Amino acid sequence: MSALLVLCVLIPIVTAALAFLWPGTRPVSARISVAGMLALLAAALLLLREVMANGVLVAHMGGWDAPMGITLVADPLGALLVVVAAVVGLAVSIHAIDDIPDDVAANGFDSFLHLLIAGVVGAFLTGDIFNLYVWFEVMLISSFALMVPGGDRVRLDGAVKYIVLNLVSTVVLLTSIGLLYGLTGTLNMADLAGKLPLVANQGLVTVVSVLFLVAFGIKAAVFPLYFWLPASYHTLPISVSALFAALMTKVGVYAALRTFTLLFTGDEELIRNVVLAAALATMIVGVLGAMTHTDMRRILAYHVISSIGFMLLGLGLGSALAMSASIFYMVHGILVKALLFMLIGLVASAGGSFELGRLGGLYRTRPGFSMLFLLAALALVGIPPLSGFWAKLALVEAGIDSGAGWVLAILLLTSLLTFVPMIRIWSEAFWKDAPVEPGQEDIARPPTRGPERDSRLIPVIGLSLLLLAIGLQPGPLLALADSAAAGLLDPSRYIDGVLGAAGDQPVTGQP
Amino acid sequence: MEIVLGVLVGVLMAASVWMMLSRDLVKFLFGLILIGNVANLVIFLAGGLTLGAPPLIGEADAGGYANALPQALVLTAIVIGFALVSFTLILAMRAWQALGTTNVDEMVIAERRGPDGWVDGDRLAPLADTRSGGDQSSVAETGVHPFPADGTASVEARS
Repeated sequence: MSALLVLCVLIPIVTAALAFLWPGTRPVSARISVAGMLALLAAALLLLREVMANGVLVAHMGGWDAPMGITLVADPLGALLVVVAAVVGLAVSIHAIDDIPDDVAANGFDSFLHLLIAGVVGAFLTGDIFNLYVWFEVMLISSFALMVPGGDRVRLDGAVKYIVLNLVSTVVLLTSIGLLYGLTGTLNMADLAGKLPLVANQGLVTVVSVLFLVAFGIKAAVFPLYFWLPASYHTLPISVSALFAALMTKVGVYAALRTFTLLFTGDEELIRNVVLAAALATMIVGVLGAMTHTDMRRILAYHVISSIGFMLLGLGLGSALAMSASIFYMVHGILVKALLFMLIGLVASAGGSFELGRLGGLYRTRPGFSMLFLLAALALVGIPPLSGFWAKLALVEAGIDSGAGWVLAILLLTSLLTFVPMIRIWSEAFWKDAPVEPGQEDIARPPTRGPERDSRLIPVIGLSLLLLAIGLQPGPLLALADSAAAGLLDPSRYIDGVLGAAGDQPVTGQP
Repeated sequence: MEIVLGVLVGVLMAASVWMMLSRDLVKFLFGLILIGNVANLVIFLAGGLTLGAPPLIGEADAGGYANALPQALVLTAIVIGFALVSFTLILAMRAWQALGTTNVDEMVIAERRGPDGWVDGDRLAPLADTRSGGDQSSVAETGVHPFPADGTASVEARS
């Protein structure tokens, strides 16, 4: 059954090669892309079922056993996130058919989309810390190739900031992995978990762990390391924005969750307090940033930052309840961000602008579509019975449980403030009359594309139904989040699964 | 040997941080290339140095051997770093052609507020047509341009 692990990484890579090499460009490559995503989703669902039934699934690459070779591991958290990544990938691959112009897609859009998904899936499944770095780079270089082609000056400007700051995080990550290897002589994460407590110089371990926190903090856009995100996300094509907003930062969050529950458990108090403070600051700064903007893409970009705070809260509070709530929030956040970005793309397509001041009257012309937007916006805010409500309810429960009143206060305040920009989009773009700008009555609006035969509607409706289903029936996902959180807080099953019987061998010495 | 390499890492790190604090994008990128090499040296150094011993040995020769893993890691990091750096340098060149500056204080188009000039599909109209007012900090807007013909034209023609 460990072949499933390899398949989940292999399917996107093979699809990328096929989409690139198959003769003929767009309609063909888009079909290959959608078919590849469907295959990945099927493999991911099988993997999740297998992991939930039989526990941690491990595959040793090339027949080299655990501490020596590279290991792929699927625990409940990893498998759950692979499924979510496949869902988002499928949604984006369908959305892109009508969103990315054919001449831009000819630069290999479909291939790089799959390579990016391969990087994301690989990062979720790898059991080797250097391999994690490699998957991060696969993801990063594909993201460069997705964001730059077909761009104008604004996008070039945004891309420079995105790329340069992410490269800084790459260097920090690489350096900290080198130091970690110097301390322990191993790169296998399960092996590291056993050997790090035995390192004589625990102060150095703390230093390395903070380096990791900085590297993952930049990737995850945590306050005060998030500045690359609002500088670039609003300049991208909507398909790419939706993909990045949904997945890219969450890989950073996942990496932080993994390393700080499995590896760096020695100086827990310090890390936990730093993460908690950063998470709360990220939540509040993100939502305040969203309130100051009038461009829908920028509002959502800041919401992405804010939601990262919610996802790190579990690591900051450290209880099983909080961890499970954060994982639930992560799944909800990934889906709702992809959906909202796709929706504002449709809003802009119908209204001619992303600027709230230039939009209006959409409720009159597109009532059904307006309801979809309202549903997604309320799901983000957390109005019952939508998915965001259960995520936030669980987080509030964890906040009460932790006994930290001010955590609870900031949590509730952020939730309330999240409502303001979303309802402003609703009232400006949908409710108020369409504005006529003085002196520009004859300005050429883009031809409104009829939404009837638009591929962009399929993922929007699909993701809405999925969020509604999670909202109405949160039980299964809550159970999954619980077992994912249990797997994080008690890593013994992960370690035993990877190392097998060799798990309790003594340290064999420095390299 | 460790001390020499350790000092070298320190000096190179200091130099690259100094370059990365520059306002000039090109200087920043050279700092980034340098700091990438510093990271490789750190891996090499932290992995343990072995002088004059081969990483691969025959079955009979069980004497000294060098740990091959740090070398493999550095090699991987060099390959990845090469790809990232070459992409970034090309991007910086395109950004210079399109924006007319490499001063990061002047590269503010993406973060500026105001009407977005969104006209067709996902692409934005050329800046000059849609932005009325605002600060005129970009050299491209004030007309001083190193590559007025090919660079700007090729980027804007597609948008």
